[in-house]
Amino acid sequence: MASRPQSDAARAIIGAPTAMVDAPRKTSGAGAYTDDLAVPGMLHGKILHSHLPHARIRGVDAGAALALPGVRCVITGADAPTAYGVLPIGKDECALQPDKARYIGDNIACVVAESERIAAAALPLIRVEYEPLPAYFDPEAAMAAPAAGWLHDHRPRNIEKEYHHVFGDPDAALARAAAVCRNRYVCPAVTHAAMEPHATLARFEPDGGLTVWSSTQVPYYLHKTLARVLQMSMERIRVIKPMVGGGFGGKSEVCPLEIVAAVAARRAGAPVKITYSREEVFYTHRGRPLQLTELETGAAADGTILAVRARVIQDGGAYCGYGPVTLLYSGALLGAMYDIPNVRWDGYRVLTNKPACGAMRGHGTVNTRFAFEAQLDELAERLGLDPAELRRRNFLQPPCRTVNGLRVLSYGLPECLETVVAASGWRERRTGRAAGAPPAVNDGRGPRRADRASAPSRRHGLGVACSHYVSGAANAVDRADAIHSTVYVEAAAPLPAPAGGASGGGAASDAAPPAVAVLTGTAEIGQGSDTMQAQIVAAALGLPLAAVAVIAADSAITPMDLGSYSSRVTFMAGNAALRAAEDLKQQIAAALARRWNCDPEAIRCLGGQVLGPSGQALSFAAAVAAALPPGAAHLRGVGTYSPPREAQGGDFKGAGVGPSPAYSYSAQVAEVSVDEDSGQVTVHKIWAAHDCGRALNPVAVEGQVIGSVWMGLGQALSEEMAYTRSGQLANPGLLDYRVPTILDSPPVEAFIVESLDPEGPFGAKEAGEGSLAAVIPAIANAIYDAAGIRLYQPPFTPDRVLRALQARAAAPASGQAATAGQDQPETKPGPASGPPPPSPAGAPPQAGG
Amino acid sequence: MITAFTVNGQPRRLELDPATLLLEALREHLRLTGTKCGCDDSSCGACTVLVNGQPALACTLLAAGCDGADITTIEGIATDGRLTALQRAFGRMGGAQCGFCTPGMVMAAKALLDGNPDPSDGEIQAALSGNICRCTGYVQILASVRAALAEAAGAAADAARPKAAADAQRRAAGPTPPPQAAEPQSAHG
Repeated sequence: MASRPQSDAARAIIGAPTAMVDAPRKTSGAGAYTDDLAVPGMLHGKILHSHLPHARIRGVDAGAALALPGVRCVITGADAPTAYGVLPIGKDECALQPDKARYIGDNIACVVAESERIAAAALPLIRVEYEPLPAYFDPEAAMAAPAAGWLHDHRPRNIEKEYHHVFGDPDAALARAAAVCRNRYVCPAVTHAAMEPHATLARFEPDGGLTVWSSTQVPYYLHKTLARVLQMSMERIRVIKPMVGGGFGGKSEVCPLEIVAAVAARRAGAPVKITYSREEVFYTHRGRPLQLTELETGAAADGTILAVRARVIQDGGAYCGYGPVTLLYSGALLGAMYDIPNVRWDGYRVLTNKPACGAMRGHGTVNTRFAFEAQLDELAERLGLDPAELRRRNFLQPPCRTVNGLRVLSYGLPECLETVVAASGWRERRTGRAAGAPPAVNDGRGPRRADRASAPSRRHGLGVACSHYVSGAANAVDRADAIHSTVYVEAAAPLPAPAGGASGGGAASDAAPPAVAVLTGTAEIGQGSDTMQAQIVAAALGLPLAAVAVIAADSAITPMDLGSYSSRVTFMAGNAALRAAEDLKQQIAAALARRWNCDPEAIRCLGGQVLGPSGQALSFAAAVAAALPPGAAHLRGVGTYSPPREAQGGDFKGAGVGPSPAYSYSAQVAEVSVDEDSGQVTVHKIWAAHDCGRALNPVAVEGQVIGSVWMGLGQALSEEMAYTRSGQLANPGLLDYRVPTILDSPPVEAFIVESLDPEGPFGAKEAGEGSLAAVIPAIANAIYDAAGIRLYQPPFTPDRVLRALQARAAAPASGQAATAGQDQPETKPGPASGPPPPSPAGAPPQAGG
Repeated sequence: MITAFTVNGQPRRLELDPATLLLEALREHLRLTGTKCGCDDSSCGACTVLVNGQPALACTLLAAGCDGADITTIEGIATDGRLTALQRAFGRMGGAQCGFCTPGMVMAAKALLDGNPDPSDGEIQAALSGNICRCTGYVQILASVRAALAEAAGAAADAARPKAAADAQRRAAGPTPPPQAAEPQSAHG
């Protein structure tokens, strides 16, 4: 399935700025999200959450709650004791915990009542007898906990999983490096905060079947999990995904309410809807984990990166979830964007008594990428190289395989970097500082000392960084042999023409009813997957966009797709949709070739017509009618996609995570200023270039790129899951969590780079996540350029900036006092830790810190 | 208690518990579910409606307090089934991704434009500063409001100069040229 020369007809659709096909449903308010649904007899559920971070549950007394008028039933862990989890190795949670609460917010019981208000009023009437257990909120402390403090009996020392990967000989390579930087980076947890709180509606049908409507990114995984926990066959369960108000990974594994609603509906004998409050969304979390990263990178004097070593600890919270996958991503992509021959990565996923973490936009890669790209900035300074030039000298040379076995075919990173360097005026604005002359004596105040002296309070700085991401995971989490996506394209027999009308031959018009239906299991969550498939099918069949109807994510009628995660949908379902359309076209062409006595290959679909080689022409509808087998009501083209074997990676332990059929690339320049009186960082502009292969819909690609940059900006400047010493989430609200408002959000200029991936549909690959990671280090590097301080812990809040400024002021002139990379100061003044800049003869090898 | 108000031009009388919020009255009693609940504590703006022409957060307003008021929701602003320029611009310019904040955004923007036909970017940002969007980074939302303004300006200007409006819209759109696709509603008819 290669990109191909486009016909004019395809060109009118592929690459044209296109409004989302479901936009009118959103802008009119008519589109239904799960909580907008109501069915007759519907009851409401409200979940009781644990107020203790770690406790054995000795008993649940729901008597007083049941006595409240309007309460129908109360369910507990005993009603759904089957454990589940998105990974085969991580089925460690129950929808309601039967024996132990493992974090403040854990799910204990559910009240089902005639209204949500009654259910909420009943919650405090439930009496739970707890036996408190020792609780751990710091991952390194949790790893040293005695057995009573182990969250799960089968996970000694609270280590969910550990992996150790070595490629090449990083120790030897670092020993011969001209410069080595070594630092410890701390990235607190952040969460998705999608605007739509999770909601699920479950109804048992009179025949015993179950219908579940849910705000999910992964209807298929929900389907499987419902079957497992409710002990029903998948055929008896119908999962429907209504409109979803954003996911970002937070709806990419099954959340407790999705199971609880179904269990409650069975118990109550009536439909049950549960909608989380915003506070519950925060406690449900499944976001990006706190990550401690000890990182060491070494380069030769010419800037060639020789090796990288990383030790990563992720605080996964109370349950496994996607944990090992998140962890593996933090290593798999570490050395895969540049040509790095020697990589060592040690990863630990640790359980703590906090809300469970999971997949969040840029899954697993973001915090490691921040550390690496920030460290490259230090390395460039130490080597006297422009940071952009250092990156240039380490580009991959595709087609190639990275040292850990990732296949790279298309690689637009060089063009991305040149694009933002040019657009930001990087050369003019940084020349004479970084590129020209690093300070001979690094005094910890960076290369803009003179500038700063003249403008002490509002210094602008520029920083550059890059990132990349997968276009879907080449290996499914549960079944190695699964087909990743199946799409049907159906064309029905035309209805009888009205009296006097021709039965064929006329061209289809935009006003005509849809000519084909796309049946797909993909989950539209706002990213535009319905529009993408409509465009591809319309382009392949020579139809106007309005002639394609998309029917998606209803397990009773649409084929299986793995879901909207890891930026897989355009590449995988897009290819399946293209193959389905081509299959349909071949069926039509085969029939017309017999009629027209021509080669089927010579038949084209164009402008709503099907054209033969000698001037023959039929309307698309008439061609479908001509191709229908006797008695058939419709034609169905079938397309499937699974990643090719060559893209599935190596065979070492943990090799399954990271491989993708294609990778996106992003380069960004951030312009910031630092108010040295208040510590406030202001981002003035972000230039972001993203290699998406081909922009099927530039409006959507720009929206995804800008949205990713903005979400990274939130992590860089303000967002953080803050916990009290007793493990209580301190900021479970949109204001306290500090989601940036429009007033906090700088202009982001997006540039699309099209590297035309040979296996992507029309050359397309990922656009929705890859740009997130670069913005955090770009801002950190810009802060250094502006103020001469290195920040090792986002968000870069005024208090952290002020502390770093004070440390800079206090640092001795040599700057070497602040180099203890393993001492984990929260922030440190520049210069970097590690050995001093290399002398012309080459510095002695040194491991820094 | 009985609460009476006008919603989208229609007089309504509802028997409500005094604690009922305007958002509950709209969504649950009148089944006008276009108005969304994103936070329930006034922090996100997804529930923005117009009360007597002014933007208000329905999630923290008692329905009883709106007795006698004229309330407009997202469902009530299209005329004869045609979406307003603002709604169409949000669709065309990428201002609506997941769409969950969109009704509130559109209503907040409408409240601004109803009172100020020529706002600056700063005025638009101030008017939308209580509305959180988690998808767009607000860039395409700002472009959407500007595009709607450009369309209104174009319609008001000399009909013989349609290109100027198109150019203005293109400028407003920044690097994105205005999409060409027709309203695709028929695909879902």
